[in-house]
Parts: sequence; C-alpha cells; structure tokens
Amino acid sequence: MSATKILKVRVDREHCQGHARCFALAPELFELDQFGNGRERGDGTVPTALEDKARLAQANCPEMAVEIIEE
Amino acid sequence: MSTRPPSADWSTDFDHLDPRWAEDPYPIWDELRQKCPIAHTERFQGAYFPSRYEDVRAIAYDTEHFSSRRPVVREVRPPLIPAPPITSDPPEHRPAKQVLLPAFTPDVITRHEPRTREICRELLARIGERKRCDGAVEYSQEIPVRVIAHMLGVPEQDGNLFRRWIKEVLEIGITDFAVLMRAQGEMIAYFADKIAARRASPGEDLITYLVNVRVEDRTLTDDHINGTLRLLLIAGIDTTWSAIGSCLWHLARHTDDRRRLIAEPSLINSAVEEFLRAYAPVTMAREVVKETQVAGCTFKPGQMVLLSFPAANRDPAMFPDADRVILDRAQNRHAAFGLGIHRCVGSNLARMEIRVALTEWLARFPEFRLDPDAPMTWSKGTVRGPRELPLLLDA
Repeated sequence: MSATKILKVRVDREHCQGHARCFALAPELFELDQFGNGRERGDGTVPTALEDKARLAQANCPEMAVEIIEE
Repeated sequence: MSTRPPSADWSTDFDHLDPRWAEDPYPIWDELRQKCPIAHTERFQGAYFPSRYEDVRAIAYDTEHFSSRRPVVREVRPPLIPAPPITSDPPEHRPAKQVLLPAFTPDVITRHEPRTREICRELLARIGERKRCDGAVEYSQEIPVRVIAHMLGVPEQDGNLFRRWIKEVLEIGITDFAVLMRAQGEMIAYFADKIAARRASPGEDLITYLVNVRVEDRTLTDDHINGTLRLLLIAGIDTTWSAIGSCLWHLARHTDDRRRLIAEPSLINSAVEEFLRAYAPVTMAREVVKETQVAGCTFKPGQMVLLSFPAANRDPAMFPDADRVILDRAQNRHAAFGLGIHRCVGSNLARMEIRVALTEWLARFPEFRLDPDAPMTWSKGTVRGPRELPLLLDA
C-alpha cells in the first residue's frame, strides 16, 4: 500500500469559543455540543470530497481552533 | 456634547465621539495603524486605542491584565454595574456564560426564525407602496427590538422604552452620568417586576428560563438575573439594528453587490460574514488592572482600553483588501463578535436576524438607493450603525 495520507479535522476544545463557523461551513465534519461549542464528528476523518470544506472551516475560525492533521 | 473640543491628534488625543470619527473612522484607523498602532488619549480619564488586529486579539485574550468589569469607555468611571457575563472576569465568567449558552445555540435560534421573518414582512407591509422610507428607523431598528421582546416574553410595545434606555446607556450616558444612572435604575425596576411575575406564573421565555436555571445546583440570584437581562436587552438590540442598517447602507450604494446577492442567493451566508467584518458595529472596553506591555506600549492600571473589533476587522495585515467588501471572501476570521471568552453569546441570533432581514428586504425591494436629498446619520460611541437611513425605493 502506498502511504495515502488521511486528513483529519480536530477542534481544539481549549480555544473554541462557540462561534460555530465550522458547523455552518462544514456540518458534515463538525457538530456542536449543548453549549454551542464545536467538535469534530466521529474521529474527524475527512472524506476526499470534503477536503475543501475542511480547509474552509479552518480558514474561518476566528479563534484558530480548527486543526487539520495529516496522518 | 457640542462643547467637546475636536481631537487635535488621533494618536495622542483620540476621541471616538468626535463627529469625524463617527462619520468615517476607517481612514483614521488606517493612519493610526501606520503611525502609532496603539493610540492614547487623556480624555475619558485616560484610554488606549489599539488599531491592529493582532493587538486587539492579544488584549481580548489577556484577562489577567485587562478586566471586563467596565465594558464601555465613559467620561467618568461609574460605580461597577454587574451585567454577567459581559462584565465578568475569570473565574466568575465561565459559569455565568455557560448558563446562557444553551439558550442561544443555532438549533434553538432556528426556532425564532419564523417569528423573525413575520416581523420583517409586517414591517415591509407597513412601508407598503411608498417610494421612500427610513431603512434604519422603519426597518432595521424594529427587528431586533421585536425579536428580543418575543424571546423575553415582554410586550413588543415596550420597544420604545428599550430604545430610549439603549440610547441613554450607550450614547448619552457616555458623557452624562445622571442619565446613565437613571436609565440603569429604570431597567432594574422593569426587570425586577418581570422576574417577580415569572416566579409567580412561569412562561416559556428567557426570563422564566433564567429564573429556573440551576448552576452548580443553585438558582441564580435576582441581582444576577436582573443584570443578565439588562445585558440581553442592551446587547441584543442596537448591535443587530446597526448591523442590518449598515448592510442596507452598503447595498443601497453598491448596485453590483445588491444584484449579485439577488442572483446568487446561496451567497447570503458569506455575504453576512463579510458585512459583519467590514461594518462590525460593536466596540467593547477593557480596564487595565495590572501593568503590562502590548506591542511595546505600556498599559497603566486604571486606564481604559477602547477595544475596537471594527478596527481589527479592517487591518490589511489580517484581511487582504480590508476596505473592500467581497461577498464571497473565502477566508474570513473576523472579530465582529469578539475574540476569546467574551465571544458574543447572541452571535447565532444576530446572524439569523441579519440573514432573514436582508433576504426579506431584497425580495420586496430589489432596487433601492440612498435618498440624495435627506441626510443619513451614524450613531456615536460604542455601537456604530445608521440611525437615519433615508432610502428611495423605486431605484
């Protein structure tokens, strides 16, 4: 197997302040808790078709709390 | 206010009540960013003004040196008037904020969307077939007043009272201490009455929610509830009214953007974010409580900081082409709702109101422009937006 990179998103819970931009831009990848703070859905794996949305979510987080990790 | 001497130098004597600042602050902020990124004034018993995004951000995050206990820069330092969580610092801030958050998530806010849409349509129907109207007075300002009344479960007719208090607290009260304290007293009495009424007979509104909610197994004190309600009233109205008004002002002057938004309705969400960036209405304040340095400038205890999210949003180092409104701006980490722990609790509500207000307006009046024969006016002070916005509706 070639080393195909897996992209994952992660919300830094310490920095998230609940602007909810990630959820608005990529609801397939992010959800909100009862306080409206963001978190990645499941283990954060980003399907190839949603990579652009993941980057959009990252580029619009005012707290810079959305991380994209390549595994 | 007519006796205020004009600002002699923006970097050493700034005055955000100066008519030039109220009218068009953006060139002033540009000049400051280049010459003196942290301005100071001896007015208001001493205050700093950071003009760059990175410095606004650093101060917003630094709750150790910068307290939120006085959220407005005023001529005098009035006694502390708690309105949690906006006036709270850690560690009190977190529980006071957590209490409110579940009532303002996007899901919960969606439930208020049908009433918001109805309100917009009622207001548009009232304008009817007329060829001119005041977009600020007859439309923008009415929407958040009625939405907040609906959420609090108080009569919409009380809106006149709310508008007067807001003007007294956020504009006149900056320089007139007696007016500020009178308005605060009236609001406290108004909500004390409502709180007592909800205790006797619960409803399904925010006041009832706050009366019943438990934090660490205790209910909130009446003082706490009263302060929070005053915050929701003050922060929930002229902020959003200003934002909607600024959007209409922009669209009245930019036919290309207006037509594009009508042709591409899916742009509405990014357009709202871009309007929020470019015309962010809210400037907050901090009080320096411990000496520190930001960007090489010493911040002295007892001085205030005019924390301008609108200025941060126009910093070209953070936002390329910062003075241009780009409806589909792809990267937009704007700070219109603040940064750090004091992120506006009503941001999801404000976004919904702005989106619905613009969509409904454009559906009814796709073509409109400023009335060249009637002047528009901007508010002064802490919240910036059109207070009179005469529009021609035939285009």
